[in-house]
Amino acid sequence: MRLRLTQEEAAFREEMRTFFTTEIPEDVRESVRTGRHIGKDGFVRTMRAMNAAGIAVPNWPLEWGGKDWTPLQKHLWHEEMQLACVPPPLAFNAGMIGPVIAHFGTQEMKERFLPATANLDIWWAQGFSEPNAGSDLASLTTRAERDGDDWIVNGQKTWTTLGQHADWMFCLCRTDPEVKKQAGISMLLFPMDSPGVTLRPIELLDGTFEVNEVFFDNVRVPGENLVGEANQGWTQAKFLLGNERVGVAPVGATKRALATAKDHAKETGALDDPLTAARFVELENALLALELTALRVVANSSDGKPHPASSVLKLKGSELQQEVTELLVDLAGPLSLASGSTTVPEWAAHTVPTYLNFRKASIYGGSNEIQRQIIAGTILGL
Amino acid sequence: MDFELDDEQAALRDAVRGLLKGYDPATNSEHRRKVTATDPGYDEALWARLAEMGLLGLPFAEADGGMGAGPVEVALVAEEIGRVLAPEPYVAAVALAGGVVAALGSDEQRAQILGEVSSGERLLAFASGQVAEPVIQGARADTIVWEVGGEVFLVDRPAGATAYRTHEGGRAARLEFDRSAATPLGSGGDAREALAAVVARARIVACHEALGAMDTALRLTTSYLTTRQQFGVTLNRFQALTFRAADMYTDLELTRSIVTWATLVAADGDADALQDASARAKLQTVRAARRIGQEAIQLHGGIGVTDEFSIGHFTSRLTALSHWLGDARDQVAALSAGIGDHGVLDPLD
Ligand SMILES: Cc1cc2nc3c(=O)[nH]c(=O)nc-3n(C[C@H](O)[C@H](O)[C@H](O)COP(=O)(O)OP(=O)(O)OC[C@H]3O[C@@H](n4cnc5c(N)ncnc54)[C@H](O)[C@@H]3O)c2cc1C
Repeated sequence: MRLRLTQEEAAFREEMRTFFTTEIPEDVRESVRTGRHIGKDGFVRTMRAMNAAGIAVPNWPLEWGGKDWTPLQKHLWHEEMQLACVPPPLAFNAGMIGPVIAHFGTQEMKERFLPATANLDIWWAQGFSEPNAGSDLASLTTRAERDGDDWIVNGQKTWTTLGQHADWMFCLCRTDPEVKKQAGISMLLFPMDSPGVTLRPIELLDGTFEVNEVFFDNVRVPGENLVGEANQGWTQAKFLLGNERVGVAPVGATKRALATAKDHAKETGALDDPLTAARFVELENALLALELTALRVVANSSDGKPHPASSVLKLKGSELQQEVTELLVDLAGPLSLASGSTTVPEWAAHTVPTYLNFRKASIYGGSNEIQRQIIAGTILGL
Repeated sequence: MDFELDDEQAALRDAVRGLLKGYDPATNSEHRRKVTATDPGYDEALWARLAEMGLLGLPFAEADGGMGAGPVEVALVAEEIGRVLAPEPYVAAVALAGGVVAALGSDEQRAQILGEVSSGERLLAFASGQVAEPVIQGARADTIVWEVGGEVFLVDRPAGATAYRTHEGGRAARLEFDRSAATPLGSGGDAREALAAVVARARIVACHEALGAMDTALRLTTSYLTTRQQFGVTLNRFQALTFRAADMYTDLELTRSIVTWATLVAADGDADALQDASARAKLQTVRAARRIGQEAIQLHGGIGVTDEFSIGHFTSRLTALSHWLGDARDQVAALSAGIGDHGVLDPLD
């Protein structure tokens, strides 16, 4: 057993800290710090800065820009980024389609997409969920039918995050309706401006537009844009969703949010109230326990397989993330109602929209009920 | 950072587990009931075997007759004790009372007392205040390590001890002290700082005992869910129950992380960090112990509240550990005092 980072690990951490606090555009970090939404441009400039330094896609294979970092190094990279208010590399690119193409794609497909994906020259959208296929993703019904070498796609996706910025979509389609539902799915890649693709924004509770519906009407996709083989899509989707071992729980970002809340509580004097101080103590402690659990999972995942305890991180991580947003609302008190005001402190005006927005955290990426199902089934044998 | 046991530590854990096998609730739920039914509430023959294995002298210096092992080793013994709910007063007598003697005793006191503690000949109890209650094994102990007003003394077992059985099958007593019968421990004088460090260490060890107990409580519960049938199916078919087991697991794993970390902090030696880590480990342990203890009973149904079935004893023991060496309120108060001192909390610094 060992408490401390080794000298090399500590030096690595320092290097990351320096990079994130000096090389990422300050206006982007400031927006993240104050809880404003950052636009497409903010994501793009950030990811390009990281890619130029060779640290945008450390989880990818080495030959496509990955790093031979230890799981702990990847963890430190991710934590330091969040603590420095740096938006992580776009998950759809760095965490999802990149690794899938690198693993399942042809050499030609890799050359065509991977460098542009790492540099956010292509912004990807994740086309998985449908109106009637949420947690039960395998029941999806968007069809892709052969027409010569091409595929013709019809149907609808929904919840497509930041689809309004997207250049391309990776899309799960039903290609064989006759077999067991998991066995008849394929992954296709196509541009969002293909004829027949229509995007309709969905307004969220906080008035923002971060998800969309996407409709497909006879969208023609060339055969070369099929990832891997036909009807391999479910395997690819599982690979993609299980690929994230590091950063399952947004520990760093939640820690930072809690520290910011503490600053506000100091300014307002609320921290002198023992009941408020106790809430900070309990939350901070639960977060510490979560962070230490993340470190344990990271240390044990060197075999490359997802650790079943990842579900614990997702479950508890989203709960604590949400609890911090609740605490902020309570700290703002009656000012939390003044969400449209420009005269109350900006943080207070943001609290309820943020609180409402972050109810999503226990729904997306496998809802907390699904995480409990995984813990009960795969870990506890129930 | 590395939370895994090395080979030697794993071998120690296995040996301790073997020694305590008789208490395993999965195979012999009667044994513990029998042992705790009669005084002194633990198995003196087993205590002697723990001594033979060197476990009673584990944390003490070799010069004092001990094994010179560190917090990790002591923690894993406590965890095994908790795992089978062994009633032996290991944490109270060795980690706490023995720890105070190790920290404050003179060379002769340490050599004599800790030598006899290690060999199982002398049982220690720790008591605080002019009238102290509840003192764990206060009536059975050969020597009381007595703190009053920040000073620490050694006292032979006082004549006026009122002994009783505690809710989880242990033994405790009310002791009234007479200062004229007390011998100063070490050079005497104010020992608050050293005491606080020993208590913090023992608090972390007790968290490990609770961790072991929570682990078994969850195991017994999941095994019950897969065997008990109602409505023609085993209970694990009901998601309302399995989801609660999943939450118990989440509580358990978070507690395991923070308690293990606290032990590493204790091994690292910084006094302020030790206090902080012990408070954090205890707070998380108490919160988890209450949830896991309650759910373990609830998911067993009626037999959960019987004395005959062991699951409720885990809840009882967890409750006892939660209120010993500081409860959640104490830890929240201690941590609240420093909440404004830092921005983000950084366990890697
Ligand atoms: C903000 C946001 C962004 C998203 N971004 C994307 C994206 O970019 N791309 C994409 O493809 N998808 C995206 N999603 C979709 C997301 O993955 C789904 O919302 C999620 O899978 C849940 O599906 P659902 O909303 O249809 O809920 P449902 O599956 O209908 O679930 C409804 C409720 O039932 C529970 N439930 C479902 N099944 C079970 C079960 N077996 N046992 C117990 N309880 C169950 C759920 O936990 C939930 O509480 C996003 C969602 C949100 C909210």
